[in-house]
Amino acid sequence: MDKRIYLDNSATTPVAAEVLAAMTPYFCEAYGNASSLHGSGREARQAIEEGRAEIAETLGVLPSEIVFTSGATEANNLAIIGMAFSHEEKRHIITSKIEHHSVLHPCQWLESQGYEVTTLDVDKTGRIDITQLKDAIREDTLLVSIMAGNNEIGTLQPVEEICAICRERGVAFHTDAVQAYGKVQLPMGSIDLLSVSAHKLHGPKGVGFLMVRKEISLTPVLHGGGHEGGRRSGTENTPGIVGLAAASSLAFNKMEETTARMRRFKIRLIAAINAIPGTRLNGHETDSLPHIVNISFQGIEGESLVMKLDEHGIETSTGSACSSPTLEPSHVLLAIGVPISMAHGSLRISTGRQTTEQDVDTFLKILPRVVEELRAISPFKVGE
Amino acid sequence: MYTEKVIEHFRHPHNMGKLRDYSAVGKVGNIICGDVMWLYIKVDKDPKGREIISDISWETFGCTAAIATSSMISEMAKGKTLKEAIAITNKNVASELDGLPPIKMHCSALAADALNEAIYEYLTQNQQEIPDALKRRHERLAKEMVSLEKRYKAFLAKEQVANEAKPVSREEYAPD
Repeated sequence: MDKRIYLDNSATTPVAAEVLAAMTPYFCEAYGNASSLHGSGREARQAIEEGRAEIAETLGVLPSEIVFTSGATEANNLAIIGMAFSHEEKRHIITSKIEHHSVLHPCQWLESQGYEVTTLDVDKTGRIDITQLKDAIREDTLLVSIMAGNNEIGTLQPVEEICAICRERGVAFHTDAVQAYGKVQLPMGSIDLLSVSAHKLHGPKGVGFLMVRKEISLTPVLHGGGHEGGRRSGTENTPGIVGLAAASSLAFNKMEETTARMRRFKIRLIAAINAIPGTRLNGHETDSLPHIVNISFQGIEGESLVMKLDEHGIETSTGSACSSPTLEPSHVLLAIGVPISMAHGSLRISTGRQTTEQDVDTFLKILPRVVEELRAISPFKVGE
Repeated sequence: MYTEKVIEHFRHPHNMGKLRDYSAVGKVGNIICGDVMWLYIKVDKDPKGREIISDISWETFGCTAAIATSSMISEMAKGKTLKEAIAITNKNVASELDGLPPIKMHCSALAADALNEAIYEYLTQNQQEIPDALKRRHERLAKEMVSLEKRYKAFLAKEQVANEAKPVSREEYAPD
């Protein structure tokens, strides 16, 4: 394969050259343990604290409000389980049907431990209903956890409105901002907890953070040496944190230019794919993340489509899950009411900072051919 | 995840499409599971007077493994006597493809079931005696379909499969 066209940036992104350059000295040269007293340790500590400050600035929060983790799965678990264990009198959590599994599963686990969870519905574009949220809040609600932008369909939630309601009712609000951070401006004023992962924004895998407002008390999930202000034990991943900080700054510095280009690509992709018969756009056309497009194709199955595109060097993903033990397609697509046959035929295209106009051209040239090929061998034909 | 043979059959599937002049068709799988396979067989007599599958083709909605197993079983059954074809198991199909990921083994079962159903339909139409094993398998498949539909009643209610992906004949198929 001479050139690969990578359109799966919601899964992960390539590490930016600047990020790698920033990280490199912290492997073999400045390798000290940030908790050590000697010079090497102090060097690592300084890099971590500079990174913390850099990240805090992107959100307009205090450096002490940033807790480094191994990624967003850990950050989401820490937010949800950590909140639950530090407010024992409150036993109720509100979340939505289209959350990432790293939010849904800790909520379900808490449910098995005697907590109550309300899972909000979403409309056909993937947005929660504000009235349903208001009605769901109770005296003993400890946390509302709603993602900022969805990883499969890109739909943005009305975060500002959610914040206002949570503030008014005195309930903590957590948002999984893995896909939204560095892509859209978030109304930071009233977000109490926020999760981010480095590898979605051209940073390294295995590192992320949870922003925790200083008023919020959190019981740690990982116990040990008392790192990160006692909120997350474990020797700090110095190169990872340095990479995360560099990736965050880069994303924010280039945000306007990058998202404008991504929006342009998205509009082109939607228009061109709409012209193929038997397709539907999943998610909100405008109120959505600039880099994610999710389309369903009638009569074909998503995995085959991904494999056919891969044959042509184009890398995408699907929300179809014929490999899952239940054989059910994506919970997100089902929650927004995509008919199950169409949910099996979904394709997620996600652009990144490295995506070029030419990549989009090539993809749009090959896609209709591949769809045609698969429809020709399918028993379900698309009538015009 | 997939063997080279699976990928090869997926990329260059054999015997795909619908036979113009087929004797019977076996339809298995369900859109709610994400796999649907229709297997067409043409049955003729060989010089010795035995009934053989003289031609075979398929149409499949499904993943890489579903398409590769469709292609493979069509190759394996072509030219075989009905008796030999009935003996083809899902394990045979999977091993001819140098194996399938455990989670995809149901795709090979689908292929063997489709062949089973096509032969069952052929024998029924021609009022021939149906071997017990074939009959039992047909009954199991029918039962599975009922339980599946029961389990997914809610899905199917809002599904309107008829409107979403209506099977139409090739003549009606106007791709663009």
